[in-house]
Amino acid sequence: MSRQIRKSGIHTIDWHLPALSSSGSAHHISTELFVLTYGALVSDLCKEYSNDEEINHRLETMGYNIGVRLIEDFLARSCVEKCQSYQETTDVIAKVAFKMYLGVTPSVTSSSPAGDEFSLLLDSNPLEDFIEELPEGHSSLLYSNLLCGILRGALQTVRLAAHVELIQNGGKGEKKTEIRLSFLGRLEENLPKSED
Amino acid sequence: MKKNSLIIVNEEQLVENELEEPQEGPVHKKRNIVTENGRCITRLENMGFRVGQGLIERFTKDTARFKDELDVMKFICKDFWTSVFKKQIDNLRTNHQGIYVLQDNKFRLLAQMSGGKQYLEHAPKYLAFSCGLVRGGLSNLGVKSIVTAEVSAMPACKFQIMIQKM
Repeated sequence: MSRQIRKSGIHTIDWHLPALSSSGSAHHISTELFVLTYGALVSDLCKEYSNDEEINHRLETMGYNIGVRLIEDFLARSCVEKCQSYQETTDVIAKVAFKMYLGVTPSVTSSSPAGDEFSLLLDSNPLEDFIEELPEGHSSLLYSNLLCGILRGALQTVRLAAHVELIQNGGKGEKKTEIRLSFLGRLEENLPKSED
Repeated sequence: MKKNSLIIVNEEQLVENELEEPQEGPVHKKRNIVTENGRCITRLENMGFRVGQGLIERFTKDTARFKDELDVMKFICKDFWTSVFKKQIDNLRTNHQGIYVLQDNKFRLLAQMSGGKQYLEHAPKYLAFSCGLVRGGLSNLGVKSIVTAEVSAMPACKFQIMIQKM
């Protein structure tokens, strides 16, 4: 019987890496499970905490723990070379990592003169696919804060300290999701602790 | 494939997050931990329920009406399981009186944990979300049920579905 292939609107993920898939064909992966799960998670957190700060912090922490492990998966599956500059690191994040895991490529903008701060602008944020608007009473909720945590955790594990902040939620209309990435420097050779 | 790594890692993180919820009360007794566990599992199951409801709506948009309950269960075992876990259920058993047992010999969410007894007691937490997923899916197909799961040997697990007559 044929396997049903589901596409979530325009976000069909068509990414496949060479030499890993035995059939060699492109896999259409449904993003819906992940997007729906994330939505359920956020709304569960909204019920648990009324304070947006707390929710944002929790999302970031969870993202951190995910990022710490995800970087290994990423490095194993992609064949990126060691990056020589922050600019290159950011480019890899935008063009390879985001594409691999979310199927979208943010544009890199607003780099600082010192070359250590960048903005990632997402035209369409798959996490917010099914979101019309933020729930009432949660106007300062940073919906995609998980992504910031993931980036911070992943970078920390490759010994780059960074401050990652969600500047703006995406949404209907003109708004694009914007993530500000500020590199703080190299880290000593220590294992990152798991955050509480 | 990559998306699923994210899902699996996310799933694990979900469970960890649930378990790190602050514990009420000044004393951490064993009993507290047990009830805390139960609460977390309930939350995870409820989240899975909501996600399952949404997912099944999208999956079955264009499919034909299901002939009967068994048809629904076969759909769950084949299409639904394939879409979510990239494989089919290995074994479906029923007593034809509303109880179904779905056996998955290599459950994706457990596949990345070591086999053997070490993590056996923690396995239920990782299954809670999936139980909710199935229950939510069935619910939106008009089937009310109770779904439980058990692991006897990693990474194989059995989901037991009890149909509730409305």
